[in-house]
Amino acid sequence: MAAFRAQGLAKRYGNVTALGGVDLEVGEGELVGLLGPNGAGKSTLVKIACGLVRASAGSAEVAGAPAGSATARASLGYLAELFRFPGWYNADELLALHQRLAGSEGGADERAELLDLVGLSEAKTRKVEDMSKGMQQRLGIAQSLVGKPRLLFLDEPTSALDPVGRRTVRSLLEELRRRGVSVLLNSHLLSEVELVCDRVVILSKGLVVAAGRTEELARPRGVEVDTDEGTKLFESARREDAPKIVADLVGAGQNVYGVRVLETTLEEIYLEAVEGETS
Amino acid sequence: MQESVRRRVFPVVLILTAAFLGLYSFGVYKAYQSIDPFATESIGNGGEISLVDTQVLFSATLFGLSIFAVLFLGTVLAIFLTHAVVRGDAERGLLQPLVVRPVGRAALLAGRFGAAALVCAVYVILVYTASLLITHWVTGWWPDQIFLPAIELAVAIAVLVGISLFGSILLSSIANGIAIFMVFGAGLVAGLLGQIGEALNSDSLNTIANVASWALPFEALYQDALNRITSDTEGFTKVALSLGPFGGAQPAGAWLWPWVVVYLAALGLIGLWAFNRKDL
Repeated sequence: MAAFRAQGLAKRYGNVTALGGVDLEVGEGELVGLLGPNGAGKSTLVKIACGLVRASAGSAEVAGAPAGSATARASLGYLAELFRFPGWYNADELLALHQRLAGSEGGADERAELLDLVGLSEAKTRKVEDMSKGMQQRLGIAQSLVGKPRLLFLDEPTSALDPVGRRTVRSLLEELRRRGVSVLLNSHLLSEVELVCDRVVILSKGLVVAAGRTEELARPRGVEVDTDEGTKLFESARREDAPKIVADLVGAGQNVYGVRVLETTLEEIYLEAVEGETS
Repeated sequence: MQESVRRRVFPVVLILTAAFLGLYSFGVYKAYQSIDPFATESIGNGGEISLVDTQVLFSATLFGLSIFAVLFLGTVLAIFLTHAVVRGDAERGLLQPLVVRPVGRAALLAGRFGAAALVCAVYVILVYTASLLITHWVTGWWPDQIFLPAIELAVAIAVLVGISLFGSILLSSIANGIAIFMVFGAGLVAGLLGQIGEALNSDSLNTIANVASWALPFEALYQDALNRITSDTEGFTKVALSLGPFGGAQPAGAWLWPWVVVYLAALGLIGLWAFNRKDL
Protein backbone atom coordinates (compact mmCIF):
# COMPACT_ATOMS: atom_id res chain seq x y z
CA MET A 1 0.00 0.00 0.00
CA ALA A 2 1.31 3.44 -0.96
CA ALA A 3 1.87 5.94 1.82
CA PHE A 4 0.25 8.58 -0.37
CA ARG A 5 -1.67 8.30 -3.61
CA ALA A 6 -3.33 11.01 -5.67
CA GLN A 7 -5.44 10.21 -8.72
CA GLY A 8 -6.74 12.87 -11.07
CA LEU A 9 -6.41 15.40 -8.28
CA ALA A 10 -7.73 18.81 -9.31
CA LYS A 11 -8.34 22.11 -7.56
CA ARG A 12 -9.89 25.23 -8.98
CA TYR A 13 -10.20 28.60 -7.25
CA GLY A 14 -12.88 30.30 -9.32
CA ASN A 15 -11.46 30.55 -12.82
CA VAL A 16 -7.93 29.70 -11.71
CA THR A 17 -6.83 26.08 -11.97
CA ALA A 18 -4.27 25.32 -9.26
CA LEU A 19 -4.16 21.59 -9.99
CA GLY A 20 -5.33 20.17 -13.28
CA GLY A 21 -5.53 16.44 -12.55
CA VAL A 22 -2.43 15.09 -10.86
CA ASP A 23 -1.49 11.44 -10.43
CA LEU A 24 1.22 10.90 -7.84
CA GLU A 25 2.32 8.13 -5.51
CA VAL A 26 4.72 8.04 -2.60
CA GLY A 27 5.74 4.52 -1.62
CA GLU A 28 6.43 3.24 1.90
CA GLY A 29 9.76 4.60 3.07
CA GLU A 30 10.23 6.58 -0.13
CA LEU A 31 11.55 10.12 -0.23
CA VAL A 32 9.99 12.05 -3.10
CA GLY A 33 10.92 15.58 -4.10
CA LEU A 34 8.13 17.80 -5.40
CA LEU A 35 9.49 20.53 -7.65
CA GLY A 36 7.99 23.33 -9.66
CA PRO A 37 7.90 27.09 -10.03
CA ASN A 38 5.86 29.29 -7.72
CA GLY A 39 2.17 28.79 -8.44
CA ALA A 40 2.68 25.35 -9.96
CA GLY A 41 0.33 23.77 -7.42
CA LYS A 42 2.84 22.14 -5.06
CA SER A 43 1.49 23.65 -1.84
CA THR A 44 -2.11 23.07 -2.95
CA LEU A 45 -1.33 19.40 -3.52
CA VAL A 46 0.21 19.08 -0.06
CA LYS A 47 -2.67 20.97 1.57
CA ILE A 48 -5.22 18.65 -0.05
CA ALA A 49 -3.23 15.68 1.23
CA CYS A 50 -3.34 17.15 4.75
CA GLY A 51 -7.06 17.94 4.61
CA LEU A 52 -6.55 21.71 4.71
CA VAL A 53 -7.95 22.26 1.22
CA ARG A 54 -10.83 20.43 -0.46
CA ALA A 55 -10.18 18.95 -3.90
CA SER A 56 -12.43 19.99 -6.78
CA ALA A 57 -12.04 16.58 -8.44
CA GLY A 58 -10.08 13.36 -8.13
CA SER A 59 -9.06 11.56 -4.98
CA ALA A 60 -6.19 11.50 -2.51
CA GLU A 61 -5.38 8.82 0.05
CA VAL A 62 -2.99 8.81 2.97
CA ALA A 63 -2.07 5.35 4.25
CA GLY A 64 -5.16 3.99 2.48
CA ALA A 65 -7.57 6.44 4.13
CA PRO A 66 -9.22 9.39 2.36
CA ALA A 67 -7.13 12.54 2.72
CA GLY A 68 -8.56 14.79 5.43
CA SER A 69 -10.11 11.94 7.43
CA ALA A 70 -9.09 11.50 11.06
CA THR A 71 -7.31 8.23 10.17
CA ALA A 72 -5.34 9.96 7.43
CA ARG A 73 -4.43 12.88 9.68
CA ALA A 74 -3.27 10.49 12.39
CA SER A 75 -0.78 8.98 9.91
CA LEU A 76 0.90 12.16 8.75
CA GLY A 77 3.12 14.96 9.89
CA TYR A 78 3.06 18.36 8.22
CA LEU A 79 5.24 21.41 8.08
CA ALA A 80 3.53 24.29 6.29
CA GLU A 81 5.44 26.69 4.06
CA LEU A 82 4.11 29.65 6.03
CA PHE A 83 3.51 28.77 9.63
CA ARG A 84 3.74 30.40 13.01
CA PHE A 85 3.62 29.04 16.51
CA PRO A 86 2.26 30.97 19.49
CA GLY A 87 5.16 33.01 20.78
CA TRP A 88 4.44 32.39 24.47
CA TYR A 89 5.16 28.63 24.27
CA ASN A 90 8.65 27.33 24.80
CA ALA A 91 9.93 24.53 22.56
CA ASP A 92 9.13 21.75 25.02
CA GLU A 93 5.62 23.08 25.73
CA LEU A 94 4.85 23.38 22.04
CA LEU A 95 5.83 19.78 21.40
CA ALA A 96 3.80 18.70 24.45
CA LEU A 97 0.76 20.50 23.00
CA HIS A 98 1.17 18.67 19.71
CA GLN A 99 1.64 15.39 21.54
CA ARG A 100 -1.77 15.92 23.16
CA LEU A 101 -3.35 16.88 19.84
CA ALA A 102 -1.79 13.90 18.08
CA GLY A 103 -2.58 11.47 20.88
CA SER A 104 1.10 10.62 21.26
CA GLU A 105 2.17 8.85 24.41
CA GLY A 106 5.87 9.49 23.79
CA GLY A 107 6.12 11.89 26.71
CA ALA A 108 9.30 13.72 27.66
CA ASP A 109 11.53 11.12 25.96
CA GLU A 110 9.94 11.73 22.56
CA ARG A 111 10.21 15.49 23.00
CA ALA A 112 13.86 15.29 23.97
CA GLU A 113 14.63 13.00 21.01
CA LEU A 114 12.88 15.30 18.54
CA LEU A 115 14.63 18.40 19.84
CA ASP A 116 17.93 16.55 19.59
CA LEU A 117 17.16 15.45 16.02
CA VAL A 118 16.72 19.06 14.90
CA GLY A 119 19.58 20.40 17.01
CA LEU A 120 17.45 22.29 19.51
CA SER A 121 18.25 20.41 22.71
CA GLU A 122 19.81 23.53 24.20
CA ALA A 123 16.72 25.58 23.38
CA LYS A 124 14.23 23.34 25.14
CA THR A 125 12.98 26.08 27.45
CA ARG A 126 13.39 28.97 25.05
CA LYS A 127 10.18 30.73 24.04
CA VAL A 128 9.22 30.63 20.37
CA GLU A 129 9.14 34.45 20.25
CA ASP A 130 12.79 34.50 21.31
CA MET A 131 13.90 32.08 18.57
CA SER A 132 15.39 32.99 15.21
CA LYS A 133 13.44 32.12 12.06
CA GLY A 134 15.77 29.20 11.43
CA MET A 135 15.24 27.82 14.93
CA GLN A 136 11.49 28.15 14.51
CA GLN A 137 11.72 26.25 11.24
CA ARG A 138 13.65 23.44 12.91
CA LEU A 139 11.10 23.42 15.73
CA GLY A 140 8.44 23.16 13.02
CA ILE A 141 10.14 20.08 11.64
CA ALA A 142 10.29 18.57 15.15
CA GLN A 143 6.58 19.35 15.58
CA SER A 144 5.78 17.55 12.32
CA LEU A 145 7.48 14.41 13.66
CA VAL A 146 5.42 14.23 16.86
CA GLY A 147 3.58 10.91 17.13
CA LYS A 148 5.94 9.07 14.74
CA PRO A 149 4.00 9.72 11.51
CA ARG A 150 4.27 7.22 8.64
CA LEU A 151 4.23 10.00 6.10
CA LEU A 152 5.72 13.45 6.28
CA PHE A 153 4.75 16.44 4.13
CA LEU A 154 7.44 19.10 4.26
CA ASP A 155 6.65 22.32 2.42
CA GLU A 156 9.87 24.30 1.92
CA PRO A 157 11.45 23.06 5.17
CA THR A 158 14.84 24.68 4.50
CA SER A 159 13.73 28.07 3.19
CA ALA A 160 14.84 29.95 6.32
CA LEU A 161 17.87 27.83 7.17
CA ASP A 162 21.55 28.62 6.84
CA PRO A 163 23.90 26.01 5.30
CA VAL A 164 24.45 24.30 8.67
CA GLY A 165 20.71 24.14 9.28
CA ARG A 166 20.20 22.67 5.81
CA ARG A 167 22.77 20.01 6.49
CA THR A 168 20.94 19.18 9.75
CA VAL A 169 17.70 18.75 7.83
CA ARG A 170 19.45 16.62 5.20
CA SER A 171 20.82 14.35 7.91
CA LEU A 172 17.37 14.21 9.46
CA LEU A 173 15.81 13.17 6.15
CA GLU A 174 18.38 10.42 5.76
CA GLU A 175 17.61 9.26 9.31
CA LEU A 176 13.89 9.24 8.48
CA ARG A 177 14.59 7.16 5.40
CA ARG A 178 16.43 4.66 7.62
CA ARG A 179 13.38 4.52 9.89
CA GLY A 180 11.08 3.82 6.93
CA VAL A 181 9.20 7.11 7.07
CA SER A 182 7.83 8.29 3.71
CA VAL A 183 8.48 11.93 2.84
CA LEU A 184 7.06 14.26 0.21
CA LEU A 185 9.52 17.15 0.14
CA ASN A 186 8.34 20.33 -1.54
CA SER A 187 11.34 22.52 -2.26
CA HIS A 188 12.90 25.02 -4.61
CA LEU A 189 16.40 23.92 -3.64
CA LEU A 190 17.23 21.49 -6.41
CA SER A 191 20.61 20.59 -4.93
CA GLU A 192 18.96 19.51 -1.66
CA VAL A 193 16.37 17.45 -3.50
CA GLU A 194 18.99 15.84 -5.73
CA LEU A 195 21.06 14.85 -2.69
CA VAL A 196 18.36 13.19 -0.62
CA CYS A 197 15.36 12.22 -2.73
CA ASP A 198 14.72 8.83 -4.31
CA ARG A 199 12.47 10.29 -6.97
CA VAL A 200 11.39 13.70 -8.15
CA VAL A 201 8.05 14.91 -9.48
CA ILE A 202 8.00 18.19 -11.37
CA LEU A 203 4.80 20.19 -11.52
CA SER A 204 4.10 23.04 -13.88
CA LYS A 205 0.81 24.90 -14.23
CA GLY A 206 -0.95 22.32 -12.09
CA LEU A 207 0.22 19.28 -14.08
CA VAL A 208 2.96 16.68 -13.67
CA VAL A 209 5.44 17.42 -16.45
CA ALA A 210 8.19 15.01 -15.37
CA ALA A 211 8.55 12.25 -12.79
CA GLY A 212 11.08 9.57 -11.99
CA ARG A 213 14.51 8.91 -10.52
CA THR A 214 17.04 11.60 -11.35
CA GLU A 215 19.14 9.07 -13.29
CA GLU A 216 16.12 8.05 -15.34
CA LEU A 217 15.27 11.63 -16.18
CA ALA A 218 18.84 12.56 -17.02
CA ARG A 219 19.98 12.56 -20.65
CA PRO A 220 23.58 11.80 -21.75
CA ARG A 221 25.58 14.84 -22.78
CA GLY A 222 28.70 13.06 -23.94
CA VAL A 223 32.06 12.03 -22.51
CA GLU A 224 34.75 14.48 -21.47
CA VAL A 225 38.40 13.41 -21.44
CA ASP A 226 41.44 15.29 -20.07
CA THR A 227 44.52 14.66 -22.27
CA ASP A 228 47.92 16.22 -23.06
CA GLU A 229 46.13 18.40 -25.61
CA GLY A 230 43.53 19.65 -23.16
CA THR A 231 39.94 18.62 -22.48
CA LYS A 232 38.11 16.91 -25.32
CA LEU A 233 34.34 16.52 -25.46
CA PHE A 234 32.80 13.58 -27.32
CA GLU A 235 29.19 14.86 -27.50
CA SER A 236 27.42 11.83 -28.91
CA ALA A 237 29.29 9.33 -26.73
CA ARG A 238 27.66 7.44 -23.85
CA ARG A 239 29.03 5.77 -20.74
CA GLU A 240 29.67 2.47 -22.55
CA ASP A 241 31.75 4.29 -25.19
CA ALA A 242 34.26 5.60 -22.63
CA PRO A 243 36.72 2.59 -22.62
CA LYS A 244 37.00 2.65 -26.42
CA ILE A 245 37.55 6.44 -26.46
CA VAL A 246 40.31 6.09 -23.87
CA ALA A 247 41.88 3.16 -25.73
CA ASP A 248 41.86 5.09 -29.01
CA LEU A 249 43.45 8.14 -27.39
CA VAL A 250 46.15 6.07 -25.68
CA GLY A 251 46.69 4.20 -28.94
CA ALA A 252 47.20 7.53 -30.65
CA GLY A 253 50.00 8.29 -28.16
CA GLN A 254 48.15 10.65 -25.86
CA ASN A 255 48.17 10.50 -22.07
CA VAL A 256 44.72 10.41 -20.44
CA TYR A 257 44.38 12.13 -17.05
CA GLY A 258 40.63 11.99 -16.46
CA VAL A 259 37.35 10.76 -17.94
CA ARG A 260 33.90 12.13 -17.11
CA VAL A 261 30.58 10.81 -18.35
CA LEU A 262 28.31 13.84 -18.67
CA GLU A 263 24.56 13.86 -18.01
CA THR A 264 22.02 16.61 -17.67
CA THR A 265 21.76 17.91 -14.09
CA LEU A 266 18.53 18.11 -12.14
CA GLU A 267 18.56 21.84 -12.75
CA GLU A 268 18.72 21.29 -16.51
CA ILE A 269 16.00 18.63 -16.28
CA TYR A 270 13.86 21.02 -14.27
CA LEU A 271 14.35 23.98 -16.59
CA GLU A 272 13.53 21.85 -19.63
CA ALA A 273 10.43 20.45 -17.92
CA VAL A 274 8.99 23.80 -16.89
CA GLU A 275 10.21 25.46 -20.10
CA GLY A 276 11.78 28.34 -18.20
CA GLU A 277 8.50 29.18 -16.47
CA THR A 278 8.78 31.30 -13.36
CA SER A 279 6.29 33.03 -11.13
CA MET B 1 -6.62 30.26 30.08
CA GLN B 2 -2.89 29.69 29.60
CA GLU B 3 -3.04 31.69 26.37
CA SER B 4 -4.74 34.58 28.14
CA VAL B 5 -2.15 34.58 30.91
CA ARG B 6 0.80 34.36 28.54
CA ARG B 7 -0.55 37.04 26.23
CA ARG B 8 -0.83 39.31 29.27
CA VAL B 9 -4.55 39.69 28.64
CA PHE B 10 -5.39 39.25 32.31
CA PRO B 11 -3.11 41.93 33.77
CA VAL B 12 -4.50 44.47 31.28
CA VAL B 13 -8.07 43.40 31.97
CA LEU B 14 -7.47 43.45 35.73
CA ILE B 15 -6.04 46.96 35.65
CA LEU B 16 -8.89 48.29 33.53
CA THR B 17 -11.49 46.50 35.63
CA ALA B 18 -9.96 47.85 38.83
CA ALA B 19 -10.11 51.33 37.30
CA PHE B 20 -13.79 50.83 36.41
CA LEU B 21 -14.67 49.52 39.88
CA GLY B 22 -12.74 52.36 41.55
CA LEU B 23 -14.58 54.97 39.49
CA TYR B 24 -17.88 53.22 40.09
CA SER B 25 -17.29 53.17 43.87
CA PHE B 26 -16.33 56.83 43.91
CA GLY B 27 -19.28 57.80 41.72
CA VAL B 28 -21.85 55.86 43.73
CA TYR B 29 -20.46 57.18 47.01
CA LYS B 30 -20.45 60.84 45.93
CA ALA B 31 -23.85 60.63 44.25
CA TYR B 32 -25.43 58.92 47.27
CA GLN B 33 -24.12 61.70 49.50
CA SER B 34 -25.92 64.25 47.32
CA ILE B 35 -29.40 62.75 47.71
CA ASP B 36 -31.79 62.16 50.60
CA PRO B 37 -32.55 58.47 50.34
CA PHE B 38 -35.50 58.72 52.67
CA ALA B 39 -37.11 61.86 51.22
CA THR B 40 -40.86 62.31 51.78
CA GLU B 41 -43.60 64.47 50.26
CA SER B 42 -46.05 66.60 52.31
CA ILE B 43 -49.70 65.48 51.90
CA GLY B 44 -51.28 68.72 53.15
CA ASN B 45 -52.70 67.81 56.59
CA GLY B 46 -49.36 67.92 58.27
CA GLY B 47 -48.55 64.36 57.32
CA GLU B 48 -45.83 63.13 55.01
CA ILE B 49 -45.69 60.25 52.60
CA SER B 50 -42.93 58.64 50.59
CA LEU B 51 -44.24 58.26 47.01
CA VAL B 52 -40.97 57.05 45.56
CA ASP B 53 -38.40 55.01 47.40
CA THR B 54 -35.40 57.18 46.56
CA GLN B 55 -32.92 54.63 47.88
CA VAL B 56 -34.25 51.93 45.56
CA LEU B 57 -34.56 54.29 42.59
CA PHE B 58 -31.00 55.53 43.06
CA SER B 59 -29.42 52.15 43.77
CA ALA B 60 -31.24 50.23 41.03
CA THR B 61 -30.43 52.89 38.43
CA LEU B 62 -26.73 52.96 39.28
CA PHE B 63 -26.53 49.19 39.56
CA GLY B 64 -28.28 48.98 36.16
CA LEU B 65 -25.54 51.23 34.82
CA SER B 66 -22.90 48.92 36.25
CA ILE B 67 -24.62 45.92 34.63
CA PHE B 68 -24.36 47.68 31.29
CA ALA B 69 -20.66 48.34 31.97
CA VAL B 70 -20.11 44.71 32.98
CA LEU B 71 -21.69 43.55 29.72
CA PHE B 72 -19.58 46.01 27.75
CA LEU B 73 -16.31 44.98 29.43
CA GLY B 74 -17.20 41.31 28.99
CA THR B 75 -17.94 41.96 25.32
CA VAL B 76 -14.55 43.61 24.80
CA LEU B 77 -12.85 40.59 26.39
CA ALA B 78 -14.95 38.15 24.34
CA ILE B 79 -14.15 39.90 21.08
CA PHE B 80 -10.43 40.11 21.73
CA LEU B 81 -10.25 36.45 22.66
CA THR B 82 -12.18 35.19 19.64
CA HIS B 83 -12.27 37.63 16.74
CA ALA B 84 -9.33 36.02 14.94
CA VAL B 85 -9.72 32.37 15.89
CA VAL B 86 -10.31 30.93 12.43
CA ARG B 87 -9.59 33.20 9.49
CA GLY B 88 -7.22 35.51 11.34
CA ASP B 89 -5.18 32.62 12.74
CA ALA B 90 -5.23 30.85 9.36
CA GLU B 91 -3.89 33.97 7.64
CA ARG B 92 -1.07 34.14 10.19
CA GLY B 93 -0.27 30.43 9.79
CA LEU B 94 -1.18 29.58 13.40
CA LEU B 95 -4.14 27.36 12.59
CA GLN B 96 -2.80 24.91 10.01
CA PRO B 97 -0.43 22.95 12.32
CA LEU B 98 -3.35 22.40 14.72
CA VAL B 99 -6.03 21.49 12.19
CA VAL B 100 -4.01 18.70 10.56
CA ARG B 101 -3.89 16.89 13.90
CA PRO B 102 -6.41 14.07 14.43
CA VAL B 103 -8.53 16.12 16.87
CA GLY B 104 -10.01 17.91 13.87
CA ARG B 105 -11.90 21.09 13.27
CA ALA B 106 -15.00 20.38 15.36
CA ALA B 107 -12.96 19.80 18.51
CA LEU B 108 -10.87 22.89 17.82
CA LEU B 109 -13.95 25.08 17.40
CA ALA B 110 -15.69 23.61 20.45
CA GLY B 111 -12.53 23.96 22.53
CA ARG B 112 -12.05 27.60 21.60
CA PHE B 113 -15.71 28.36 22.31
CA GLY B 114 -15.69 26.55 25.64
CA ALA B 115 -12.47 28.18 26.83
CA ALA B 116 -13.40 31.73 25.78
CA ALA B 117 -16.97 31.42 27.09
CA LEU B 118 -15.70 30.12 30.43
CA VAL B 119 -13.09 32.86 30.85
CA CYS B 120 -15.57 35.60 29.89
CA ALA B 121 -18.42 34.18 32.00
CA VAL B 122 -16.23 33.96 35.11
CA TYR B 123 -15.01 37.50 34.49
CA VAL B 124 -18.55 38.86 34.09
CA ILE B 125 -19.78 37.14 37.26
CA LEU B 126 -16.83 38.44 39.27
CA VAL B 127 -17.25 42.05 38.12
CA TYR B 128 -21.04 41.83 38.60
CA THR B 129 -20.47 40.59 42.14
CA ALA B 130 -17.97 43.37 42.86
CA SER B 131 -20.41 46.01 41.56
CA LEU B 132 -23.20 44.51 43.63
CA LEU B 133 -21.12 44.59 46.81
CA ILE B 134 -20.00 48.16 46.16
CA THR B 135 -23.59 49.28 45.61
CA HIS B 136 -24.74 47.53 48.78
CA TRP B 137 -21.79 48.86 50.78
CA VAL B 138 -22.68 52.46 49.84
CA THR B 139 -26.49 52.35 49.79
CA GLY B 140 -27.42 49.28 51.83
CA TRP B 141 -29.68 48.11 48.97
CA TRP B 142 -29.90 44.57 47.57
CA PRO B 143 -31.50 43.80 44.17
CA ASP B 144 -34.75 41.83 44.17
CA GLN B 145 -32.92 38.97 42.47
CA ILE B 146 -29.18 38.47 42.73
CA PHE B 147 -28.13 35.17 41.17
CA LEU B 148 -30.22 34.86 37.99
CA PRO B 149 -29.13 38.25 36.59
CA ALA B 150 -25.49 37.18 37.02
CA ILE B 151 -26.13 33.92 35.20
CA GLU B 152 -28.02 35.71 32.43
CA LEU B 153 -25.12 38.13 31.93
CA ALA B 154 -22.70 35.21 31.77
CA VAL B 155 -24.85 33.44 29.18
CA ALA B 156 -25.24 36.71 27.24
CA ILE B 157 -21.45 36.88 27.00
CA ALA B 158 -21.32 33.23 25.92
CA VAL B 159 -23.74 34.12 23.10
CA LEU B 160 -21.46 36.99 22.07
CA VAL B 161 -18.48 34.61 22.14
CA GLY B 162 -20.45 32.29 19.84
CA ILE B 163 -21.32 35.10 17.43
CA SER B 164 -17.72 36.33 17.40
CA LEU B 165 -16.37 32.81 16.75
CA PHE B 166 -18.91 32.34 13.97
CA GLY B 167 -17.87 35.65 12.45
CA SER B 168 -14.20 34.67 12.64
CA ILE B 169 -14.89 31.84 10.18
CA LEU B 170 -16.25 34.20 7.55
CA LEU B 171 -14.50 37.52 8.14
CA SER B 172 -10.96 38.76 8.53
CA SER B 173 -10.00 39.54 12.11
CA ILE B 174 -10.39 43.33 11.85
CA ALA B 175 -13.68 43.11 9.95
CA ASN B 176 -15.02 40.62 12.48
CA GLY B 177 -14.00 42.73 15.48
CA ILE B 178 -15.74 45.77 14.00
CA ALA B 179 -18.79 43.71 13.03
CA ILE B 180 -19.24 42.25 16.52
CA PHE B 181 -18.96 45.66 18.17
CA MET B 182 -21.61 46.91 15.75
CA VAL B 183 -23.84 43.91 16.45
CA PHE B 184 -23.43 44.59 20.17
CA GLY B 185 -24.34 48.25 19.66
CA ALA B 186 -27.29 47.35 17.45
CA GLY B 187 -28.62 45.00 20.13
CA LEU B 188 -28.42 47.70 22.80
CA VAL B 189 -30.06 50.29 20.55
CA ALA B 190 -32.88 47.83 19.79
CA GLY B 191 -33.35 47.32 23.53
CA LEU B 192 -33.57 51.07 24.08
CA LEU B 193 -36.06 51.33 21.22
CA GLY B 194 -38.15 48.69 22.97
CA GLN B 195 -38.10 50.73 26.20
CA ILE B 196 -39.13 53.86 24.31
CA GLY B 197 -41.80 51.87 22.48
CA GLU B 198 -43.13 50.62 25.80
CA ALA B 199 -43.29 54.15 27.20
CA LEU B 200 -44.94 55.53 24.04
CA ASN B 201 -47.07 52.44 23.51
CA SER B 202 -45.65 52.10 19.99
CA ASP B 203 -46.28 48.72 18.37
CA SER B 204 -43.68 49.35 15.65
CA LEU B 205 -40.88 50.06 18.10
CA ASN B 206 -41.89 47.10 20.24
CA THR B 207 -41.86 44.82 17.17
CA ILE B 208 -38.39 46.04 16.19
CA ALA B 209 -37.14 45.40 19.72
CA ASN B 210 -38.71 41.94 19.83
CA VAL B 211 -37.25 40.88 16.50
CA ALA B 212 -33.83 42.20 17.56
CA SER B 213 -34.05 40.30 20.86
CA TRP B 214 -34.75 37.03 19.03
CA ALA B 215 -32.04 37.66 16.47
CA LEU B 216 -29.52 38.74 19.12
CA PRO B 217 -30.51 36.92 22.31
CA PHE B 218 -27.66 38.45 24.33
CA GLU B 219 -29.79 41.61 24.29
CA ALA B 220 -32.86 39.75 25.59
CA LEU B 221 -30.72 38.19 28.35
CA TYR B 222 -29.34 41.61 29.30
CA GLN B 223 -32.82 43.13 29.37
CA ASP B 224 -34.12 40.22 31.45
CA ALA B 225 -31.21 40.60 33.89
CA LEU B 226 -31.98 44.32 34.24
CA ASN B 227 -35.64 43.56 34.79
CA ARG B 228 -34.90 41.01 37.49
CA ILE B 229 -32.99 43.41 39.76
CA THR B 230 -36.26 45.28 40.42
CA SER B 231 -38.70 42.49 39.60
CA ASP B 232 -40.54 42.79 42.95
CA THR B 233 -40.51 46.59 43.12
CA GLU B 234 -43.96 48.14 42.75
CA GLY B 235 -45.87 51.43 42.78
CA PHE B 236 -44.48 54.84 41.93
CA THR B 237 -40.93 53.63 42.46
CA LYS B 238 -41.36 51.08 39.64
CA VAL B 239 -42.93 53.74 37.42
CA ALA B 240 -40.06 56.12 38.13
CA LEU B 241 -37.54 53.38 37.44
CA SER B 242 -39.16 52.54 34.12
CA LEU B 243 -38.60 56.13 32.97
CA GLY B 244 -34.85 55.77 33.40
CA PRO B 245 -32.42 54.24 30.90
CA PHE B 246 -31.97 51.03 32.88
CA GLY B 247 -35.38 50.60 34.50
CA GLY B 248 -37.69 49.96 31.58
CA ALA B 249 -36.30 46.57 30.66
CA GLN B 250 -38.86 43.92 29.82
CA PRO B 251 -38.90 40.31 31.04
CA ALA B 252 -37.97 37.91 28.27
CA GLY B 253 -40.53 35.20 28.91
CA ALA B 254 -40.29 31.43 29.21
CA TRP B 255 -39.01 30.81 25.67
CA LEU B 256 -35.77 32.71 26.17
CA TRP B 257 -33.71 29.84 27.58
CA PRO B 258 -34.77 27.21 25.03
CA TRP B 259 -34.19 29.76 22.29
CA VAL B 260 -30.67 30.54 23.58
CA VAL B 261 -29.84 26.81 23.52
CA VAL B 262 -31.22 26.43 19.98
CA TYR B 263 -29.44 29.63 18.90
CA LEU B 264 -26.05 28.49 20.20
CA ALA B 265 -26.51 25.01 18.72
CA ALA B 266 -27.45 26.48 15.34
CA LEU B 267 -24.48 28.87 15.44
CA GLY B 268 -22.21 25.93 16.25
CA LEU B 269 -23.56 23.64 13.54
CA ILE B 270 -23.63 26.27 10.79
CA GLY B 271 -20.21 27.50 11.90
CA LEU B 272 -18.78 23.99 11.81
CA TRP B 273 -20.29 23.40 8.38
CA ALA B 274 -18.68 26.60 7.10
CA PHE B 275 -15.37 25.80 8.84
CA ASN B 276 -15.29 22.30 7.34
CA ARG B 277 -15.77 23.74 3.86
CA LYS B 278 -13.14 26.40 4.34
CA ASP B 279 -9.84 26.04 2.50
CA LEU B 280 -6.94 26.85 4.78
